Amino acid sequence: MLAYVVRRLWQFVPTMIGVVLLVFFLFSWVGGDPAYLLAGKVSNPEQIENIRRQLGVDQPYTAQLWIFVKQIASGDFGASWSTNEKVSEILATRLGPSLTVLVPLLVISTILAMAAAMLVAYVRASITDRAIMIGCTVGQSISILVYIIVSQYVLAYQFGWFPVQGWGNDFSENLLRYSVLPVIVGVIVSLAPDVRLYRSFFLEEMHQDYVRTARAKGLSETRVMWVHVLRNAAIPIVTNVMIQLPGLLVGAFLIERFFSIPGIGREVILAVERSDFPVLKAVTVYVAIATMIVNLVADLLYKAIDPRVELE
Amino acid sequence: MSAQAAAFAAGAHAGSRGLWMLAWLRFCRDRVGLVSLIVVAAYFAVVAASGMGWIADEWSKEVGVSYAPPGAMGPDASSAAPAGAAPQARAEVAQDDSGIADPIAGEIAEIRKGLAGISPSETRAATLPFGGDKWGRDVLQKAVKGTQTSVLVGLAAALLAAFLGTLFGAQAGYHGGWVDDFFNWFYSVFTSIPYLLLILAIAAVLNQKGTGTVILILGLTGWTGIFRLVRAEYMKHKVREYVRAADVIGASDARRMFAHILPNVSHVVLVQLSLHVVLFIKSEVVLSFLGFGVGVDTVSWGSMLNEAQNELILGKWWQLAAATAAMAVLVTAFSLLTDALRDALDPRIK
Repeated sequence: MLAYVVRRLWQFVPTMIGVVLLVFFLFSWVGGDPAYLLAGKVSNPEQIENIRRQLGVDQPYTAQLWIFVKQIASGDFGASWSTNEKVSEILATRLGPSLTVLVPLLVISTILAMAAAMLVAYVRASITDRAIMIGCTVGQSISILVYIIVSQYVLAYQFGWFPVQGWGNDFSENLLRYSVLPVIVGVIVSLAPDVRLYRSFFLEEMHQDYVRTARAKGLSETRVMWVHVLRNAAIPIVTNVMIQLPGLLVGAFLIERFFSIPGIGREVILAVERSDFPVLKAVTVYVAIATMIVNLVADLLYKAIDPRVELE
Repeated sequence: MSAQAAAFAAGAHAGSRGLWMLAWLRFCRDRVGLVSLIVVAAYFAVVAASGMGWIADEWSKEVGVSYAPPGAMGPDASSAAPAGAAPQARAEVAQDDSGIADPIAGEIAEIRKGLAGISPSETRAATLPFGGDKWGRDVLQKAVKGTQTSVLVGLAAALLAAFLGTLFGAQAGYHGGWVDDFFNWFYSVFTSIPYLLLILAIAAVLNQKGTGTVILILGLTGWTGIFRLVRAEYMKHKVREYVRAADVIGASDARRMFAHILPNVSHVVLVQLSLHVVLFIKSEVVLSFLGFGVGVDTVSWGSMLNEAQNELILGKWWQLAAATAAMAVLVTAFSLLTDALRDALDPRIK
C-alpha cells in the first residue's frame, strides 16, 4: 500500500514537469511580452517595467523558466496584473464561495442522480425508462446557458423566489439565501448526464450472479436493490464524483458568473478577460496538482470500498 | 476518411458483406437512428446552402423594426410606428461609443446617406417570421447563419481532434516502447489540467477572436479521449495475424499502420468523431457567449444567446427561443445518431 502510494507520487514528477513546461510555453512563449498586452490596460509604465523584471522577460527562456519554477515552489505568484492583489490572497479568498456552492451541489445531484438511476435501471426497457432516457438526451442537448438564463429570469426576476444574484459576508446567509438558486440550476444541469451514466453502472451490476443468488434465497427486492446492488454500483459512482471535483471548481464558472458569486471560476473568467496571466498560471498549476492528488485518492478509495481491486 | 471509403467500397463489391455493409444494414433497422440521420443531414444541407450564400445571405440587413415580434404575434403596439423606431436603434448604437470621437463618422454618415435611397427606414417590416433583434435583423436568418458557424466549428474541431488523436494513438499503440511512454506522458499532462481551464488559458494567451482560433483551441485540446481509445485498438491489432502477414510480404510500418490497421479501427474513430462534434458545438457556444469565441462580425448560437440574455429582461424571448431550439434539435439528433452508430458498428456493446 505504502509502496503503491510512493510509486504513484513518484509518477507525479514527470507529469508535473510536463504541466509546468506546458503552462510556461503557453504564457511566456505564445503569450509573448507582457508589455504589449498591458500597454492599453496598465497606464503606469513603471509598473509594466516592474512586471517585466519580475518575469525576467529580458533574460533567456531558461532563466524565466527557473523563475516560474521558484514561483510554484514558494506558492508566490506575485501580484495580479489588473488589481495588484496578491495572487495567493485571491485564490484563498475565492475558494470559500466556490465550495459553498459546489459541495451542496455535488451532494444533492449525486444522491438524486443515484436514486433516479436506480429506479430507471430497475424498470429498464419500460415506458418510464425510455421516457426518462429520452428526457435526459433532450435535456442534455440544451445549453447550460439557457438553463441559467431562463431560471434566473423566471424564478428570480419574475417570481421573486430567490435573489437574482449577489453574495454576502455571512456564511449561513450565503448558503441558505444566495446559493439556493445556483445549486438548483447546477443540479438540473448535471442530473441528465449523471442519470445516464449511473444507469449503466446499475444495469451492469443487476446482471451479476450475486443478485440472482440474493433473490433465490428469498431476499426482498428492496433489500436486493438498496443493499446488494447499490453498494456495488456505488464504487464507480464514488470514483466518478471524486474525479469530477477539480474540474467542477473551474467548471462552475458560468454559474458563478451569472449569479455574481466571487469564486474561483468567476476569477478565471475575469483573468481571461483582463489578460491577467499570474492568476491564470497559478490556477492552472494548482488545479493540475489537485487533479493528480484527487485521482490518487480516488484510486485508494476504490481499493478501500472494493477489496477485490488490485492496485498495481 | 479515404481508407474508410475504400473499405466501404470493398465491402460493397465483395461476395460476402463487409463490415461497413453489415453496419449499414444494422443501422437501417434502427428507426431512431435513421430519423436522427435525416435531421442531421437536413442541418448539413442548411449549413451547405448558407455557406454557398443561397439562404440567409443577408442576415446582417436591418429588415425589420427594432425587436420586431414574430409574425404570429402581430406588430408590437409600443413600436407600431416603424419610422420612429429605426432612428432610436441608431441612437443606441451611437451611445456605445461613450464619448470617444468616431474617426470615420463622416464616412459613415455619407454611406448612410447613400443607403437611405436604397433602403429607407419606412420600408422596415413591423413583424418578421420569427421576430427581429435589437437592430431589426431577422432572427430566423441569424439562426441559420449561427447554425452554419457553430456546426462548421464543431465539425472542423472534431476532425482536427480526431486526426491528432488517431495519429498519436496509432504511433503510441503500434510502436510501444519509448514512443508509447512519450505520448502517454503527453496525454497525462493534458488530462491533468481540466478541459475547460485549458481552453480558457489558451484563449487568454492567444488573445484573438475568430472562427479559426476557436477551431484550433478546441481541436488541439480535445484529442485526448480519442488518443486513448485508438491506442488501445492499435495495441490489440498490431499482433493480429493479418498485420503479421502484411509484415511478411514487406509492408512498411506506415503502410501497416494506416492502410491495414486503420480501416479496421476506423469505426471507433467515427463514433468518437460524432461524439466530439456535439461536445465541441457545446464548447463553442459557451466560448462565444463569453466573448472568447467567434469574432464580432460572425453570428453563432453563443453570441445569439449572449444578446438574448439582455433581451429577455425586456420580454423579447424569440432570439433565445430560436438559438435554443436550433441547438437542441441538432444536438439531440446528433447524440441519438452517435448512439445508433455505436450500436451498428460495435454490436457487442449494449
